[in-house]
Parts: sequence; C-alpha cells; structure tokens
Amino acid sequence: MSVATQDTAIRTGRVVRTLIYLVLLLFALFYMLPLYVMVVNSVKPLDEITGGGMMNLPQVWTFEPWLKAWSSAQIGVEPTGLSPYFWNSIKMVVPAVAISTVLGALNGYVLTKWRFKYDTILFGLMLFACFIPFQIVLIPMARMLGLMGMAGSTSGLVLVHVVYGIGFTTLYFRNYYAVFPTELVRAAQIDGAGFFQIFWRILLPSSGPIAVVSIIWQFTNIWNDFLFGASFAGADSQPMTVALNNLVQASHGVKEYNVHFAGAILAALPTLLVYIVAGRYFVRGLMAGSVKG
Amino acid sequence: MAMQANADFKTKLQIWLPKLVLSPSVALMVVFVYGFIIFSVYLSFTDSRLLPSYGWVGLENYSKLWRLSHWETSITNMGIFAFLYIGICTVLGLSLAIFLDQKIRAEGVLRTIYLYPMALSFIVTGTAWKWFLDPGIGLENVMQSWGWTSFEFDWIKNSDFAIYTVVLAAVWQTSGFVMAMFLAGLRGIDNEILKAAQMDGASNWNLYRRIIIPQLRPAFLSAFVILSHLAIKTFDLVIALTGGGPGRATELPATFMYSYTFSRNQMGIGAASATIMLMTIAAIMIPYLYAELREKK
Repeated sequence: MSVATQDTAIRTGRVVRTLIYLVLLLFALFYMLPLYVMVVNSVKPLDEITGGGMMNLPQVWTFEPWLKAWSSAQIGVEPTGLSPYFWNSIKMVVPAVAISTVLGALNGYVLTKWRFKYDTILFGLMLFACFIPFQIVLIPMARMLGLMGMAGSTSGLVLVHVVYGIGFTTLYFRNYYAVFPTELVRAAQIDGAGFFQIFWRILLPSSGPIAVVSIIWQFTNIWNDFLFGASFAGADSQPMTVALNNLVQASHGVKEYNVHFAGAILAALPTLLVYIVAGRYFVRGLMAGSVKG
Repeated sequence: MAMQANADFKTKLQIWLPKLVLSPSVALMVVFVYGFIIFSVYLSFTDSRLLPSYGWVGLENYSKLWRLSHWETSITNMGIFAFLYIGICTVLGLSLAIFLDQKIRAEGVLRTIYLYPMALSFIVTGTAWKWFLDPGIGLENVMQSWGWTSFEFDWIKNSDFAIYTVVLAAVWQTSGFVMAMFLAGLRGIDNEILKAAQMDGASNWNLYRRIIIPQLRPAFLSAFVILSHLAIKTFDLVIALTGGGPGRATELPATFMYSYTFSRNQMGIGAASATIMLMTIAAIMIPYLYAELREKK
C-alpha cells in the first residue's frame, strides 16, 4: 500500500489520538503474535515449550529444529525433512507463473487493442473462472490428468495452476492495457507494424509494473495452494504446503512443536520475502492498472 | 500473382492472429472450467461412487445429501463462519482504515504489519494458531504457568466452540487486506466536501456516518464479494487448524466434499455438494461481474 497521504479534513483531540494509537498498536501486536510464536519457538528446545514457556524467549538457543525441519524430519514415511518438497514447489511455481503471466499479457493485449464482438462476454467467462470453488473441477481434473498421462506429476500441477490462473493474469493485463493509448497502436499499424511487433515494441516495454503484480499474485497463490497439491500431487511432486501439513498432522511419536514451527516458517519464507521486498510495487502496479477511482 | 497471394495471406493472418493468440486460453477455459463444471454437475445426478459411473439417478444424491447430519453440520458451520468472518473482517477493516487515515506516524510500518498475513499459506496460519490455541502447550498453559491457575481456554478442543477458532484465524489472515481496500477508498474521497460540512458544524461522528461511509459503497461491495467467496472456499485452514474436528465440529462444505469424494467413495454426493457450492458463489459473483463489466464499457 503506497497510497499518498493527503491532507485529511478530520481533526482529532489529544485524548482521541492517544486512544487511536493505542488501538492501532494493540492490533499490531495481534497481527505479530503468531509470527512471534513461530519464530521464538523454532529456536528453543522442546521441553521449554511443553513446560509452559511458549511466550518466553528461549533460555537455550538452538537451531536444531530448523536443521531437522529442513533435512531430517519424518514427512509421511520418509525422514527427508522438507527440503525435497521445497524444491518440488519451486519446480512447480516457476513455470506456472511464467506461462500464466505470458498468456495473461497476450490475452490482455488482444482484449483491449484488437477488440471483437462478444469480447467482453468472453472476458467475463474467464473472470468467473477465477472465483469458482475448485471442488467443482476436482473429479474431472483427476480423470483428465490420468488420461493425459500427467497424474501425480509436477507438469500436471503446472497445467492445473496455469489453467486456473489465466483469469487473474488476463484481468490484470487487460485493466492495465485498457488505459494505454490506443492511438499509439493504430499509428504503428499504419506504419506497417504487425501484431507481435506492436506488442513487443510498444506495449511490452511499459508493462513492467503490471508484470510485477501478475508475478507476485501468481507466485503467492500457487506457492500457497494446498487443495490442488493434496488432490493431484504424487509422492515425488508434493508441494511444500502438503508436506508441512503431513509433518504437523503426523500422529505417531512425540509432537516436536519446535520443528513444526521451523517448518511453517520455511514454508512461509518465500512469499513473505516477496511481500517485504516487492509488496509496495504490487500495490503501485495495481493502482496504475485501475482506471476507476 | 504469387506475391499478391502471399500478401493476401499476410493480411488475413493479421486479421486472424489476435483470435489465434487468444484461442489456447479460450480452449483451456472451455474444457477445464466450463466442460468440467458440466461434467461434475452431471455426475451429481449419477450413481458414481469410487469412480465416475453413468447410471442416472435423478435428484437422489441431493435428497440424500440434505438428509445427512454431516452435511447439516457443514452448512450450519458455514452460516456461523461466513456471518462472523465477513462481519468481523468488515468492521475491523473499516475501523483500522479510519484510524490509520488520521495522519498516523509510522503508517507504513503498521500497514505492513497488518497486511503480511495475507502473504502466508493457510496451512502456515493454521499451524501457528493450532499450537497457540492448544490448551496443552499454548495460551492456557502459558497463563497457568504465569500464575493464573484457574485460566481455561480450550475452544479448539471443544466441539461447541471450535468453529470460532476457525473464525479467529481466518479474520487474522484477511482483515488487513480488507483494511487496505477501505483505506484506498478513504484516500479517494474529496476533502472539499468534508471541509464544507465541517464549516457547517458537523461533528467527526456525523462526517463519517453521513458523508464518508456512504461514499465507501464500492469498497463495501468489493469486500463483501471477496470475503464471501473466500468463506465458501475455506478448506486448507480447517484442515491445518482442526482437521474438521473435534469430531465433525468444524466441517465446512469444502471439507465435506473432499472427504465424501476421496475418502468415503461417495462421488455422486460429493459432486452434488460441489454443485451447491458453485451455485452459491455464482449467485454472488455473476451479478457483481455483470455490473462491473457493463460499467467499464
């Protein structure tokens, strides 16, 4: 959020202001609480947690839980830690984000600069597809992946995420290109530039901000997905979220809360980093794309 | 002659190229979204169990579904969850946005803190809250070890209250996002009107009640649409936080569909429940999208 602060007409007294700060700080604590619990407990020995010290800073600092979560914790039947699943997620996310963003850019370009009859209805159908409850496609999708020989594979998951991500990426690029001056496109056309030339030379160079939005959005959604991963992944393509859930829900043995917390942070780190590093470009890009005030 | 044919082909290609470029996406959508929807809806009228089967049974799955106490629990929970989740997120999001809009120092830092949960997976959120709320090691245990020995907080293990822990975790995850939507709305309001009203002696309370909040109508609408569709789709959070339990106390339609289809081999009933979920979302989304797209023309 980088909305420009502007002169507010509202004036508040000192008491009210103090109260407002108090409420805002209180909620800041509320939002930080789970992160604090996760971080603090991921670096302390198990007995400090079970002994009622969940909110305390560690008496003995240890990075053992992190190492264990990453490389030796029992996930399902194998004591592999989360690392193979981390790489599974990367192998799934990178192509899925790239493909859906490229398709979204091309779709947005066609839907705004090469308009045809019923293009809005087509776009509406694409947009509705973003919001369907995915339960409605689970059964046929499982069949289809089987028929295509992609059941349980990373490429199958990539396909699924591309299919159900196109609606959003198209939405972003369409809104962004809608405010891009069409005269420039027409002028280039008169000069003899073709379809791809116009896209490549005229629209693409100024698409940076919206590409960032699309990439961040898709990265976050696909990395955080659980439903598709749990339904369609095979033993060697399970993503991080599914593995984390298996780690935490495992019913056998001692519950190693510190390892669970370390694992949860590992699963959260990539999207959290993206949010911290690029979050402000996300909102800026989103604002640039929205024509409506 | 040959050159002209070539040029003809080129112009034709230029005319068809845009549609050609769009066609893979359209094909994917037709098959994987609308084709699949038709297939699932069709399955909900068949006797499919472990695998899809095509014996027509009419509305039998639906009448069975509505007689299942398991489904009744899911629907009741959905009602409680959606009502509280949407209500609390909206009130909290609006209040925080109004407070943040008072020229607050460190606004950027606070916004970042309020918004970061949105970047996390529901599985991570669920894990964190699951252990924080666990009476054995979490809040209850902490309070007792701090000397408040009679302190009790076992909602997550109590079938009458467990659904409220799902509400708590879900509100934690999305209320910051709702705040951002309202904040953007507040920043778009024209200050001149406010100043004029102030000159006429309007109090802050009246400014908000009569002028500012009514102008946030679009933000309210978007927040409602986004929150209600998130509520209906809630699945991973329940899996990670409570696993649908204790017993079936926190089952929602999404978890119901998953277990009937994939672990209980009642695919027909699963498909019927998915169809009902789709209809509910469609009832909210279609009018909204229709209005949005018409406006933009």
